[in-house]
Amino acid sequence: MRTAPGRDLKPSPFAYAKPSDLDGVFDLLERHGDGAKLLAGGQSLVPTLALRRSAPSLLIDLNGIGGLSGIAVIGDIVRIGAMTRYAALERAPEIARHVPLLAQAVPHIAHAAIRNRGTIGGSLAFADPAAELPACAVALDARLVLAGRRGERKVAAGDFFKGLYETDLRQGEVLVAVEFPAQKAPYRSRFAELARRHGDYAMVGLAARGRVEGGRVGDLRLVFFGAGPKPAEARAAASRLEGQDVTDPAIARAVAALAEDLDPPGDLNASGKTKLHLAGVLLGRTLRGLVAEGS
Amino acid sequence: MSAPEATREITVTVNGERVTRRVEARQHLIDFLRLELELTGSHVGCEHGVCGACTVRVDGTMVRGCLMLAVQADGARVDTIEGLSDSGEIADLQQAFVERNAAQCGFCTPGMLVAAADLVARNPRASREEIREHISGNYCRCTGYHAIVDAIETVCRGRAGGKP
Repeated sequence: MRTAPGRDLKPSPFAYAKPSDLDGVFDLLERHGDGAKLLAGGQSLVPTLALRRSAPSLLIDLNGIGGLSGIAVIGDIVRIGAMTRYAALERAPEIARHVPLLAQAVPHIAHAAIRNRGTIGGSLAFADPAAELPACAVALDARLVLAGRRGERKVAAGDFFKGLYETDLRQGEVLVAVEFPAQKAPYRSRFAELARRHGDYAMVGLAARGRVEGGRVGDLRLVFFGAGPKPAEARAAASRLEGQDVTDPAIARAVAALAEDLDPPGDLNASGKTKLHLAGVLLGRTLRGLVAEGS
Repeated sequence: MSAPEATREITVTVNGERVTRRVEARQHLIDFLRLELELTGSHVGCEHGVCGACTVRVDGTMVRGCLMLAVQADGARVDTIEGLSDSGEIADLQQAFVERNAAQCGFCTPGMLVAAADLVARNPRASREEIREHISGNYCRCTGYHAIVDAIETVCRGRAGGKP
């Protein structure tokens, strides 16, 4: 079918395979190398193909492989299969109870129809800079379980996201699960995102976790997204707040320190300066939310 | 099942009817429904998942027809606006849309009805804010949305047992 150059909205031709187990996936990845792409929920991949930003020769559909989706609470760990749909996370009582940061974040992901297909594994492996879940994974010290022909390895979320759409996932590997520590008092978490319209890509967002005791915060993890090529941890801001009461002056000091942590690139939504300002707004709101009664 | 193919034979139950076709792997579900099966009730808008005009139901849940490959619907049940309408499932929604003038050009309407049907079945006690949030993935260029929210709210109240 002929389309105008630069205005293609149909993918280049590709072959499709739907293996029934991971060995089948590894076989195909070995044989096709860079030419193959993994298909999970498809909610980011398919538009990429349609807009011809990517033209793989083969799509390997992961939807036929058993055991890759589901939520299991094993002691203090919540293990989520990579193929678990966002909608399943939204509805799961174990997530609301044990990983409340995810429960807060997921409703911000696109729209309901997309959440019915998109997967947590796809979000983490694709590592879109505006995505919610990579920042949540970093904020909560999640561990990503990567499977290859030779076996599994686990990577801390903080080490997994390396750059723009760049992760530690190696050629021949598949992300199969992600493990989150179950949240326990006095730890709390809070998620916030600013978008032009509900469901739009975030202009800037924040996944936060910390220990809250009597209005004081400690062990704060503040991870911004939409503010750089990968989740950006605001360590300077967090250190200003260590052991502090969350007062207006304390918040102001933390917001001022954000300029040390973040250097957001400008985009269609906002300049870098505006994004930095918005990051400060989110930080204030999030901190107040974190210490509020009943959080 | 593991051998790569550029085309694949799929069997899909569309609006209750089993159909088998050979499709190109790269063809998405909405093109398959519209071009192969001539079910043109569902529409193609942005073709990258944002506008909601292509919203259909697969295995009971609403999805973007433009973000799913037809080959992925092999073995699945697909319901389009034609099926939802013919079965009578959305009769109250359709009537409310007409009464509240919630459709002008009608381009967004099929996708809007699929989304609305999902909401009124799942959460008939939805507030106007919840209705707005639920349909935030369906763009309408004509109505300004108020009439659509009115129509859905009317149906919600009806289904929840109150008077419209």
